[in-house]
Amino acid sequence: MEKMKRMVSVLLLMFMLLPVSVVLSEEPKAPAPAGQEAVAPAAAPAPAPAAPAWDAKFAADTVWVLVTAFLVFFMNLGFAMVESGLCRSKNAVNILSKNVIVFCVTVVFFWLVGFAIMFGNGSPYFGATGWMLAGADNSPATGDAYKGIFASLNWTGVPLYAKFIFQLVFAGTAATIVSGAVAERIKYFSFFVFSAAMAVIIYPIAGHWIWGGGWLATLKTPFLDFAGSTVVHSIGGWAALTGAILLGPRIGKYTADGKVNAIPGHNMGMATLGMFVLWFGWFGFNPGSTMAADPDAISRIAINTCIAGAVGGVAATFVAYMSLGKPDLSMALNGILAGLVAITASCNWVTPGASFIIGLVGGVLVVYAVLFFDKIKVDDPVGALSVHLVNGVWGTLCVGLFAADIGGVKGLFYGGGTAQLISQIIGIVSVGVFVVVVSLISWLVIKAIMGLRVEKDEERQGLDIGEHGMEAYPDFVGASSKRT
Amino acid sequence: MKKIEAIIKPFKLDDVKDALNEAGIHGMTVTEVKGFGRQKGHTELYRGAEYVVEFLPKIKIEAIVSDEDVEKVIETILKTARTGNIGDGKIFVYDIKDVIRIRTGERGKEAI
Repeated sequence: MEKMKRMVSVLLLMFMLLPVSVVLSEEPKAPAPAGQEAVAPAAAPAPAPAAPAWDAKFAADTVWVLVTAFLVFFMNLGFAMVESGLCRSKNAVNILSKNVIVFCVTVVFFWLVGFAIMFGNGSPYFGATGWMLAGADNSPATGDAYKGIFASLNWTGVPLYAKFIFQLVFAGTAATIVSGAVAERIKYFSFFVFSAAMAVIIYPIAGHWIWGGGWLATLKTPFLDFAGSTVVHSIGGWAALTGAILLGPRIGKYTADGKVNAIPGHNMGMATLGMFVLWFGWFGFNPGSTMAADPDAISRIAINTCIAGAVGGVAATFVAYMSLGKPDLSMALNGILAGLVAITASCNWVTPGASFIIGLVGGVLVVYAVLFFDKIKVDDPVGALSVHLVNGVWGTLCVGLFAADIGGVKGLFYGGGTAQLISQIIGIVSVGVFVVVVSLISWLVIKAIMGLRVEKDEERQGLDIGEHGMEAYPDFVGASSKRT
Repeated sequence: MKKIEAIIKPFKLDDVKDALNEAGIHGMTVTEVKGFGRQKGHTELYRGAEYVVEFLPKIKIEAIVSDEDVEKVIETILKTARTGNIGDGKIFVYDIKDVIRIRTGERGKEAI
């Protein structure tokens, strides 16, 4: 066993180091053409007399894209806090470790191959240029002026590296969604390998169809997903669903006669902190997806995002209060996240009024989805499926329902007919089928080679000791009494 | 000498300690414990599923007192720890054979 462990880690390390030899053997390249020269279109009528040293729009766009990318990066902390807070203290180190490593793994593999498959030029099904960002690129030239290997990103006038880091943090978000649904029972290194599969195959291929100029983006009425209800949240959600089903429920979650046992999380303070960090990060996730500092769009998207999240929280609180008897805090947290996921696809094309409805439905859906997944005995300790999968699908439909002729996108309720809605359904179904099949294969391969689930004894004792040999809270100090 | 062992509600600890101090009792050992009596546990709700908290948090106070102080200590605890609701706790009285102060080696009442 010990030997096997060592072999696995050596293999993983070697795989990660592979690109180093490639990078080192590469010829040094001339730096990509910088900012101003490349922007100037070929057909400029006359040279401007005194061109400014830098273009204000170019600078503002780049800063906007980078700052929002950093906000999305910060969402990793949000996921870590929500997930560890909603699980038991004996598994806290394990969950935190997964959230840490999933982003690191994503950076490596998305840089190596993921970004090329997702955004590189190629077939309608996957891209095949730009491995490790190498190849011709004259960003920030846009439109027809762009002559490079990432044509699908030629609509935004920022440097390639800014485009890359923004897409990179999105890939990290999709991968980290899985971690909550499989929490408290999956082997650490099995999750590690699955994270790589997410960044190498699952996320980039489905993403290429939608954001990489693939077949869904070139339908007669193109499938639309502004900031990733499908691309990020549903993809993560479908992969989480197959993982949670294959793993089976945690010991003691469901009794033999079908009753649901509550397994309360260990720190609602952490879960709440995590929700607010995620909400904050969403102000980068959605408004940043303009990939340009467009004043109208980013203001509209910010307020739509905020309203949907808030209404989702109110809705989930009241649904929990009315149907479960108590305004469950964990449901309120899930409700806010549900509203945020739901508004993500349509945030650029809807009005604040529509955002209210989108968030409201999201908040109601999430509570019943939690109860539904418990009913069919799919154990999801943090509600990741109810938040990201169910509301990812709902949010994607919303583009076809609520798009208010902003940017030329019209939904069913705004006189656009059913064309957009049908495209949305085609996208939801095809992405769902693809991710379920490929993630199922990935999980099964991992299961056959390294196993998926920890031993029963280890699960009872907690994965912190079994997988990591340390505890999150070794220094237990009791609460003092309070005078009344 | 007797040992007075009292199980009380946690939020009553400060009141009981202060009252015992005023009554001239200057040493005690306090432990956080869990348990149930006639009060039993109670149910809580988490994400739509009920669960029973069977062991409730309580405080155990142990104090060694001389025989003549026993009634006074019991009275004090009864007065300060009582809320009148179920779950107020219990007081146990034990005989103590000997007490030794480690620092000086004193024994018996001197060591209390």
